[in-house]
Amino acid sequence: MSDTHANTVAFVRETQIPQSPPPATERGIVKWLRENMFSSVLNSILSLLSIFFIFMLIKDLGPWFWNSTWNAENLAECRELNSGACFAVINERWPQFFFGFYPAEERWRPVLAFLLLFPALAPVLFDKAPRALLVVTLLFPFVAYWLIWGGSIAFPLAVLLGFVLAFVIWKALAKTQPTIALIVSVLVLVLYQLVVGGAGLVENILMGILGNPEDGPALLAFEEVESRNIGGFLLTLILGITSISLALPIGILLALGRQSDLIIIKYICVGFIEFIRGVPLITLLFVANVLLAYFLPPGTTFDLILRVVIMVTAFAAAYLAEVVRGGLAALPRGQYEAADSLGLDYWQAMQLIILPQALKISIPGIVNVFIGLFKDTVLVSIISMYDPLGIVQPILADSDWNGILWELYGFVALFFFIFCYAMSQYSRYLEQKLRTDHR
Amino acid sequence: MSMAEAQSNVPGISDEVAISITGMNKWYGDFHVLRDIDLTVQRGERIVICGPSGSGKSTLIRCINALEEHQKGEIVVDGTLLSSDLKNIDKIRSEVGMCFQHFNLFPHLTILENCTLAPIWVRKMPKKEAEEIAMHYLEKVKIPDQANKYPGQLSGGQQQRVAIARSLCMRPRIMLFDEPTSALDPEMIKEVLDTMVSLAEDGMTMLCVTHEMGFARQVANRVIFMDAGQIVEQNEPEEFFNNPKSDRTQLFLSQILGH
Ligand SMILES: Nc1ncnc2c1ncn2[C@@H]1O[C@H](COP(=O)(O)OP(=O)(O)O)[C@@H](O)[C@H]1O
Ligand SMILES: [Mg+2]
Repeated sequence: MSDTHANTVAFVRETQIPQSPPPATERGIVKWLRENMFSSVLNSILSLLSIFFIFMLIKDLGPWFWNSTWNAENLAECRELNSGACFAVINERWPQFFFGFYPAEERWRPVLAFLLLFPALAPVLFDKAPRALLVVTLLFPFVAYWLIWGGSIAFPLAVLLGFVLAFVIWKALAKTQPTIALIVSVLVLVLYQLVVGGAGLVENILMGILGNPEDGPALLAFEEVESRNIGGFLLTLILGITSISLALPIGILLALGRQSDLIIIKYICVGFIEFIRGVPLITLLFVANVLLAYFLPPGTTFDLILRVVIMVTAFAAAYLAEVVRGGLAALPRGQYEAADSLGLDYWQAMQLIILPQALKISIPGIVNVFIGLFKDTVLVSIISMYDPLGIVQPILADSDWNGILWELYGFVALFFFIFCYAMSQYSRYLEQKLRTDHR
Repeated sequence: MSMAEAQSNVPGISDEVAISITGMNKWYGDFHVLRDIDLTVQRGERIVICGPSGSGKSTLIRCINALEEHQKGEIVVDGTLLSSDLKNIDKIRSEVGMCFQHFNLFPHLTILENCTLAPIWVRKMPKKEAEEIAMHYLEKVKIPDQANKYPGQLSGGQQQRVAIARSLCMRPRIMLFDEPTSALDPEMIKEVLDTMVSLAEDGMTMLCVTHEMGFARQVANRVIFMDAGQIVEQNEPEEFFNNPKSDRTQLFLSQILGH
């Protein structure tokens, strides 16, 4: 070019330059290596060091896996058979790791509940999933409860009826009075569950029809399993999934309440958030375990798992509320004003304009809280529930397996990693999907 | 509604009162931002409001659809008295369209969804009908081909035109504009002003805060000059520009037209 310019300013191209491949150093693996690993002297040194480090890791860890033993009676036998890891302990104890002390012949029930979880989650997580699956989602909590704890279907059905009732009332009022509709339906729900529903009227009527499993054969009833027999990964999943799905809506409502103009609601929300955030989760769990029993009227059976779910939910909801509040604060005021000026009411504006954007901004923070919550469920082992770490303890003390450590904790860690990694991947997928700003 | 008027190219002003403001005062805390505002707008009238920054122009038109609360005086929009009654506020807001300086489109929704949202949720219109209306107005503002894009993919001028179309989809009887062109690059100002001119030709009642004096000369029936929270002068555009009465108006005009 510069030559052409030097000679003459006017220039007309007469021949087309054919396409040619880039030079060898700019192609394929060579280019990739040069750009990603050896782009400068310092980067080259770092790359080589990293490669060396990874190599050393595999060199030491590899044989531990390759030479592992899966079938042995105890640790001594393991050590005789091979030099690597002794996974025989997991082979022997896996039912406890997965189910705690759930009766062996009934284990298909939690497994079925777990399988049902997928169609129940699909329409919530992926908008490509058929909407009809939402029915599964809505029924899942009741079916899963019935499968896992057993007993007559009368109880979950009676509770479900309360929700249906509250929904019908909400639907009838929501058109004209959205805020009042919400308050009334929540009140109806609470009153129904505490006064008439649950253990009360409806359950008895249903029991009358289906038969009471305590008196003899009954329709649609499983053998009852008590909460203290439920443990292992099953317990983790129950606590994690229930608390996560309850904490998100409660956290959102708390965040909205904290922004509210209604001063009483505002201070209730602020008080709740600040109190819960100011107290360690372990304290709350002890409260759930010991103190609630003192406060509740004697003779009330308040399931241990339920108490823990309430506490873990409250804890996560308080954190989520603050994360969501950050998202709400990041929205420009113009969005609220545009929604107002179009005539949308408060709930419509929140549901259609504000929350979709605020939650999108808060996804990383929300998932952070979820992952934290999921892992914090292992804290229940200190109130003598058999979460996966609670299962490990007695094995460590067992003379057969005395001295084994890595295999057990590694196994538990793997379980948690799978679920937490899935959550983190999902959040990235969601962020990518919701990106509308610059594409 | 205004569809009948849309047929004629001669915008007429009827005797019907669209907005009537009497003795309206507003304070931000102790700051007296609007003082004794009296203003009557006839249906079909096009009013341009100008004045120095901070004089209360935005606050005035935001009071009309209750984005700001006024503390004293009366505002009647389309026969509905603006009070703290939420029913009245919602009614007025669905009759009054508003365009903002920074467009305020909903970035998580497509252009079409931006336009159909309020008709579907506020007017309870079936989705299909709402989409037809939205496409009609997107054609009117000359961007039907962008309907499935997101606001972030459009230029500022296009976004402001979408914002106008979004308001029009609610079939408002009154449109408020708060400096609709002052966040735009010069080459985009014209496309937005053209849209507003064509709206005026359709006989829309318009209240427009702007410093585009060409626009004011072309379409306004009346120009209002505000300073320090008060209406200082109002007149027909020719008189207003050629023969301003008050010193403050003269000073202001010399500043914005002087270069
Ligand atoms: N939310 C608010 N709180 C307190 N003061 C405000 C608020 N909004 C505007 N003001 C003040 O009110 C005056 C009028 O503002 P505004 O109506 O935006 O003026 P204009 O649109 O004419 O530039 C300004 O002095 C501004 O600082
Ligand atoms: Mg302004």
